[in-house]
Amino acid sequence: MKNRQATRLLFELSKPGSAEDILPDCDVPEEPAESLLPGELLADQPPPLPEVSEPQVVRHYVNLSQWNMSVDTHFYPLGSCTMKYNPKRNDRAANLPGFVNLHPYQPEATLQGLLECLYRLEQMLAEIAGMDAVTLQPAAGAQGELTALLIAAAYYRDRGEKRTQVLIPDAAHGTNPASAAMAGFHAVEVRSDHRGMVDLEDLTAKLDSRTAVFMITNPNTLGLFDVNIRRVADLVHAAGGLVYLDGANMNAVLGIVRPGDCGADMMHFNPHKTFSGPHGGGGPGAGPVAVNQHLADFLPVPRIISAPGGFRLDSDRPKSIGRVRSFCGNIGVLLRAYAYLRTQGAEGLRQVSERAVLNANYLLQRVRHIIPVPHGVRCMHEFVASALKLKASRNLSAMDLAKRLLDYGFHAPTVYFPLIVREALMVEPTESETKETLDAFAEVLFRITEEPEELLHEAPHTTPISRPDEVRAARNPILKWTPQADSV
Amino acid sequence: MAYLPQSDDDIRQMLEVIGVSSVDGLFDHIPQEIRLRGPLKLPAALSEAALQQHMEALAACNSGTDRTISFLGAGCYDHFIPAVVDFIASRSEFYTSYTPYQPEVSQGNLQALFEYQTLITQLFGMDAANAGMYDGATAAAEAVLMAIAAQNGKRKVLVPESLHPEYRQVLRTYTANVDVSITVLPTPGGRVDAAAIAKQLDSKTACVVIQQPNFFGCVEPIHDVIQAAHAAGALVVAVVDPISMGLLKRPGDLGADLVAAEGQPLGIPQQWGGPFLGILACREQVLRRMPGRLAGQTTDRQGRRCWVLTLQTREQHIRREKATSNICTNQHLMAIRAAVYLALLGPHGLRKAAILCLNKAHYAARVFTRDSGLLPAFEGPFFKEFVLKAESPAEVARIQERAFEAGFFAGVPLGTWYPDLQDAILFAVTERRTREEIDALSQCLACARRSSTAAERLVR
Ligand SMILES: Cc1ncc(COP(=O)(O)O)c(C=O)c1O
Repeated sequence: MKNRQATRLLFELSKPGSAEDILPDCDVPEEPAESLLPGELLADQPPPLPEVSEPQVVRHYVNLSQWNMSVDTHFYPLGSCTMKYNPKRNDRAANLPGFVNLHPYQPEATLQGLLECLYRLEQMLAEIAGMDAVTLQPAAGAQGELTALLIAAAYYRDRGEKRTQVLIPDAAHGTNPASAAMAGFHAVEVRSDHRGMVDLEDLTAKLDSRTAVFMITNPNTLGLFDVNIRRVADLVHAAGGLVYLDGANMNAVLGIVRPGDCGADMMHFNPHKTFSGPHGGGGPGAGPVAVNQHLADFLPVPRIISAPGGFRLDSDRPKSIGRVRSFCGNIGVLLRAYAYLRTQGAEGLRQVSERAVLNANYLLQRVRHIIPVPHGVRCMHEFVASALKLKASRNLSAMDLAKRLLDYGFHAPTVYFPLIVREALMVEPTESETKETLDAFAEVLFRITEEPEELLHEAPHTTPISRPDEVRAARNPILKWTPQADSV
Repeated sequence: MAYLPQSDDDIRQMLEVIGVSSVDGLFDHIPQEIRLRGPLKLPAALSEAALQQHMEALAACNSGTDRTISFLGAGCYDHFIPAVVDFIASRSEFYTSYTPYQPEVSQGNLQALFEYQTLITQLFGMDAANAGMYDGATAAAEAVLMAIAAQNGKRKVLVPESLHPEYRQVLRTYTANVDVSITVLPTPGGRVDAAAIAKQLDSKTACVVIQQPNFFGCVEPIHDVIQAAHAAGALVVAVVDPISMGLLKRPGDLGADLVAAEGQPLGIPQQWGGPFLGILACREQVLRRMPGRLAGQTTDRQGRRCWVLTLQTREQHIRREKATSNICTNQHLMAIRAAVYLALLGPHGLRKAAILCLNKAHYAARVFTRDSGLLPAFEGPFFKEFVLKAESPAEVARIQERAFEAGFFAGVPLGTWYPDLQDAILFAVTERRTREEIDALSQCLACARRSSTAAERLVR
């Protein structure tokens, strides 16, 4: 069934003269480009793009699409990514012509429906966060982190304090330390204790007058709720620091715990995860940031405000950090989040988290005899198992299990993250999976561990390709097609 | 609620296996004092049918470029989007998958990325392109950060006023807390003066940013800027309109070191500014400093050609605080849109798009100035945008109002960003604008001007 011909590279399918004519003919008097533009800047010929007909383009991409696993086609328990079902009604709503065709500089009076929607979204996110003000501008979670850290930097500048360090648990996602560095801070690692919580002793030892921010992910990347969060926040505040909450795992606690009530000063959401994205093969996402009142003046401009005459954009905020991107955010993603929140309501959202946690705990119980879960028998919306024992007894790695799962039609869990668990398999089923799917996954996982070792080392066997040679890819990077390149 | 698939019976069985008596029990380790008491204060849940009605009602309160004929540009354009682009981007297998961490079940996304990267290098004449950034502004800011990292110890960046004001703002935000000094160069004539840039270049200058065509639509003497920068040992970050590549020389062919671009014109809807696509391309020499994802070619165990994410030791999940950037989730689906757009248009389609924009913009500039007496703010060549001057800021407002009543978005007033241009309007004309529409707006501008001068006379 695999169409090898249509999936050759676009450049190999290219044939001069076969390009489609999509654009209209010119209906104004034409002048030669040479008479309108400086000759030394005019190209002799257009860029050497491929020439492919429309039917070829469609067959090419539709065939390519079928080489991907996706939420709509497969169980996709990729930990930390919340690969839940994306309600189609949200796509339809966000794609209404009255939203899709808006220009960022058209008059505010012509945008009242959109601004109302975004304003209400900010309010809903503030309520879920338990915080006071929200910006929708950041384009993804990582940019939300950067935005918040720049806000912290501006806050301390404004107070005349010089604080240079951002403290980050060793279990944190890589974007946390990377964002700290981009914002001009030094990242300092804080240990996790044997239960997987922030090690309070280590935290206390590292907190001092240099501490600007402590970034905490809660539930953390082990899928555990850090029950000390209130105490952690008190310690950080006592040292004069701010608490940032990485909200990538909010799917576990919607309507149950609010970061603001735990002492966090600011946080980001990942609407592409928690509020049903979709993930788009790697993006776009969004990264709204919520902050408490004392940080609100530093939020990026423009802010959406509700004034007597209607909704307006306000850029007159002298303390603002400025803009973190052009225009006002990934609106298409934000509209889907708005639609999601409106159809769930308070009760529905709480149920989302309850079912996500139920599914994860059920699956944990079903698989922990096969792959142990080092940090306990309970979890929130995800859990991190370890293949270390299987590695010792049968020479099977987390990678082997992940690859073999693909053969059975399951996307693999996140592997080798967080870094503090060896041979980690991070499993997040989300609320949208049936008990039958979870049972099937557990049964397959068990069956796999009984299979011959070699079968797993060579897995996957049924996918469009077998394991690629990643070392070769990195040693001699080929990042684009060239006419001379071999077509194997 | 049909959204959740577990039946009551399922839940009972699952709780039994877990060994708790209720779903609530799954949360009982969370201290009471931080748990939310009572429900979130959110609006009542809507059914799907009610949601659709609600969203339609909100959408109806907007008047976008589907109802109003748009001459708005300034970084976001009403270019034509072929049906195939929407169709491919709505394939579940693309839009409900995620980052290709498992290459064996992500070859579609990976090959699409590899093709995208190739198309971008072809479009701009560069050595390598990454899998995309958030938007044009962040791509430009990260390109500057790359240039600084590559230029040991040089911390000065030259930025002309003719670079999109929001791109300058983002650059300022990104560098607010690090040791970088940004020098903004005035462009009173609407274009940079290469000689003035040469005077500002010194041994501390890491890079010069230049937008082509620039924010005002003017075509910059980019070759002179590149020459001057290179002579002083500075790199050049070119911010380029991808559609203009149908006519203009590619920045790579002119010697630019880094290219950042907004990919929105390539088949991405305006959506009030996002999601868009940050295009980032570079020369081989700075490749290891590239932020974000890169798809690379390799072979599988049977020796078949395939694709993986590569050079990942640059990225945050491996290198953490030493990563080249913090970007993780990017704008993948938008990169696919851009690739499909470029594949559909091909070299001749792109050339045609560029020629249509060029001719229609020049036709519009001609008839607008002829009919209404508005004057060009700048001399010199332009591509698909141009700036016209009215009598006063008040007249700008009146023109906008009148034109809107007649069904037009008559350009972007520049006063917000440029105190010297309070009386100026930036018009964009894409291939979508017809002669009829241009003529009609021209009449409307003339009318608005006549009545506004009459109104002013009355007041006097
Ligand atoms: C725990 C955690 N923090 C932060 C991020 C970064 O979010 P994004 O990928 O949207 O930039 C992610 C996801 O990738 C994550 O899992």
